[in-house]
Amino acid sequence: MSIQRPRPPRKNPLSRTTAPLLPPPGRSRAAHGLTQAAALGQFALHQCPECQTVSYPARDACPKCLCGNLVVTPVPNGGTVLSVTTIQISGEPYFRRLAPARQALIALDCGPTIVAEARPDCQTGMRASASLQLDKAGQPVIYARPENGSPDSDSDPHWRELVADPLHRRCLITDGRNPITLPLAKALLGSGAAKVLIGISERWKPFADAAKLEALGAVELVDLDLADDQSVSAVAADYGARTDILIHNALHLRPGSILAGGELLKARDAMDVSYFGALRLAHHFGPIMRARGADRDNSAAAWVNVLSIFAHLSWPGFAAYSATQAASLSFSQALRAEMRGSGVRVLDVFTGPMEIDWLEHLPPPKVQPSAVAHEIVAALKSGEEERWVGDVAKDFRERFRANPKEIERDLWRQ
Amino acid sequence: MAPVSLTYQRYSTKPAQWWIGAALRGLVDASGIPHSGFDGLSLASFTLGPDPAIAMTQHFGMTTRWVDSLAMGGASGIAAIRRAARALEAGDVDIVACIAADTNYTDTFRQLLAGFTRFSQDAVYPHGAGGANASFAHLTNAYMDRYGVTRADFGRVCVAQRQNALHNPRAIMKKPLALEEYLSARPIVDPLGLFDCVMPVAGAEAFLLMRGDTMRKHGLKGARLLASIERHNAFPEDPVQYRGGWALDVDELYGMAGVAPGDIDVVQTYDDYPVIVMMQFEDLGFCAKGESAAFVADNDLTIGGSFPHNTTGGQLSAGQAGAAGGHLGIVETIRQVTGTAASTQVEGARLGLASGFGMINYDRGLASGAVIFAGEDL
Repeated sequence: MSIQRPRPPRKNPLSRTTAPLLPPPGRSRAAHGLTQAAALGQFALHQCPECQTVSYPARDACPKCLCGNLVVTPVPNGGTVLSVTTIQISGEPYFRRLAPARQALIALDCGPTIVAEARPDCQTGMRASASLQLDKAGQPVIYARPENGSPDSDSDPHWRELVADPLHRRCLITDGRNPITLPLAKALLGSGAAKVLIGISERWKPFADAAKLEALGAVELVDLDLADDQSVSAVAADYGARTDILIHNALHLRPGSILAGGELLKARDAMDVSYFGALRLAHHFGPIMRARGADRDNSAAAWVNVLSIFAHLSWPGFAAYSATQAASLSFSQALRAEMRGSGVRVLDVFTGPMEIDWLEHLPPPKVQPSAVAHEIVAALKSGEEERWVGDVAKDFRERFRANPKEIERDLWRQ
Repeated sequence: MAPVSLTYQRYSTKPAQWWIGAALRGLVDASGIPHSGFDGLSLASFTLGPDPAIAMTQHFGMTTRWVDSLAMGGASGIAAIRRAARALEAGDVDIVACIAADTNYTDTFRQLLAGFTRFSQDAVYPHGAGGANASFAHLTNAYMDRYGVTRADFGRVCVAQRQNALHNPRAIMKKPLALEEYLSARPIVDPLGLFDCVMPVAGAEAFLLMRGDTMRKHGLKGARLLASIERHNAFPEDPVQYRGGWALDVDELYGMAGVAPGDIDVVQTYDDYPVIVMMQFEDLGFCAKGESAAFVADNDLTIGGSFPHNTTGGQLSAGQAGAAGGHLGIVETIRQVTGTAASTQVEGARLGLASGFGMINYDRGLASGAVIFAGEDL
C-alpha cells in the first residue's frame, strides 16, 4: 500500500468536469454523536455510563441495562475481521462511480460488531483497526485497515474520498505574512502538494520570508489584498480553477479595548481582512471549488479556516481581534453548509496564542507556528473537520465545554 | 383459503393501494364473499406510506372490527396468520383478509434500501450501499467458511427453482437456468452473483383466514392450520448469523402439528438468497446443521422431485414483490394442500410447510417463522 500514486495527467479541457455526487446522507440524531468524534479524528462509540457496555449502531438506550444516557466515549479501535465482501453493483450513483467497494464485518475488541468500508488488503480472520471518518456527505462512516499493514491508505480511492490529502493538490495560502505560512508551505510540499500559491498584500512593505518561500520550489507568490475585492477577483480569475485546497489564515492581531476611541478603526481593518476577506474569497473562489469537488484525483478538496480559540470567547485586551474570529467561525459554519453537496471539506483549526512578536508579553505555553502548520496538514490527511492545536487550545476546549463562565472569569486575570 | 396471486410486474405505474384493491377483488372473486363481508384486514407493505393499514378500510369501503399491520418483511405472512388465528379463535373476528402488496416504481427499491431501518441507514448503507445483497454476502461468506459449502451447492437450489418457475405462468423469470450460467453470472456482491439475488417487482399475494364453521357455511374449501412458530432476534450472540429462530422453535412446530419433517409433502422456504434456504433446511429439521449442501445434492427439489421445494420458483425466479415475498410461499402452500396449484401441483400433496424470514435490521435477519398446513381431509 505504500507505492505513491503518480501525479494525475493534465486534464483534457474538452472532457466534462465530473459533477459531485454524494453517498447516502441520512443519519439518526444518535448517530451524530459519531459525527462529532469523526470531525475531531477520534474513534468513539456509545458507551453505557452504568454498565460500561459499548454499543453500535448508535442506540438511545443500553441494550444490556437500558440506561438511557449513553455517552460517546473514545474506545479501542482494534478488532477481528469476520467477513469481507466486494460490492460490485450498487444502486447509488455515488458508489456506482466508485465501484467496486469493499465492505467488512468486524468484531471489535470493545464489544460490538461493526460494518466498515474496508481497505482492499483487509481479509477475513485478520486483525484490523477502525477509524471514524466523515464521508463526502459530511456524515460519519467507519473505515478499516489491517492492523499491521501500511499506515498509508492512499492507494484506495475510497479512502481518498474520506480525506483531503494535499498529495498532488494545488494549495492557496491567503496571508503570506502569517508566521505559519512558511512552515505550512514546507509541510504541504513535504506531503506532495503540487504547488503552493501564497498571497501577499502590499508587497512594498518588508517581507522577510519571501526569499525563503521562493527557495522551496513549487511556490508562487501573488499579490492578494483580502481587503480589496478586485484583488481577490483577479487572483481567482487566474488561479480559481486550480485551487484545490484554500487555507484562509489572515492574521490581523492588534491589542485594544472597546472603550478606546481608536478601536472602531482597528475593528474595521481587522474585519476587512479576516471576515470580509473570507466573504470575498467565498464569493470568488467558492463557486469554482464547489463545482470541482469531484474533479478527478486532484479535485477541490478542502477549505481551511485558521481560527483562534478566542472565536468562542472574547479575549480581554483583544476585543476587535476576538470579534473577527467569532465572525470567521460563523463564516466557517455558513461555508460548510454552502459547500454541502460538493464534497469540499471545511476544516476549522483553532489555535491558542502563538509564539509571535505581538504576543511577546504572554507567558508560555504558546504554540509554535510550525506546530500549527503540521497539524493543519495532519488534519487534512486524516480528513478531520475540526482540530485544536497546542496545549492552551486543548485546555481551553475542555474548560469551555465544561463551564464557559469559569474560563471567562479566568481570562480576566491575565 | 381463497389463495390469490396477482401477476407480478418488474415496474409498476400503480401505487401499493392499487395492488391492495386488486388483491381484495381477487379474494372476492375466489371466495364469492363480498368484501363488505370481510370483518378483519391484515396488511403487510413497505410502500403503502403515508397510509397506515387502517386507511385502507375507508379507501376500499370496508367496515372491519379487526385490523393488523405487519412490518416484519418476509416474516409478515407467518406473523399475520398467527395473529389472525388467535383473533379468530377468540371470536374477535370472523373473516380476515390477509394481504401483502407492494409496488415497484422505477426508483422505489433504492429508496427502500436507503431508508430501510435506522441501524441500516446509520451504519450499513453508507458503507458501499450494497443493500441486502451485501448483508447476505457476509452471511454467505461465513456459512461457506463454516461448512465448506461452494457456490455450486447454492446453484443447485437456484437451478431447481428456475425449473419450477417454468411451470408457473406468473413467474417473472421465463428462461431455464443451467448451473454453468449460474456460476458464470455477473458478480453482484461477492460471493453472490446475479442469480443469487431476487428481482424486486410489484405485486400482491393474498388469502382469507376463517374458522372451519365459517368456511363450511360459505361452502368453501381450504387448508387447515396445524402449527406455527415465530421468533425475533434469535441467537444475538452468534458473531455472524448461521442459523435462524426456527432452530429454537422447531420442536414446538412439529409437536403442535403432530407430524415429523419426513411427513411434509411440499416445502416453501423464504428464499431471497440461497444461503437462507440452506439454513431453513437445517433449522426446520430436514437435515442436520451444516449438511444442506449434501441434502441438496442428494435430492431433487423440483415439483416432481424427491423434495418438492419452492414450487412457484420462489422469489428467486418468481420475483420479490416487497413484503409479499413472505406471503408467496404461504399462498402456494394453501394451493398445494388443497390440490389447486394447477401447473405447479405436487401430486398427492397433503401436508405443506411454509416459512418466513425477514428484516435485515443491521447485520442479520431478525424475524423467522413457519407454518404447517394440511389439506382439509387430514
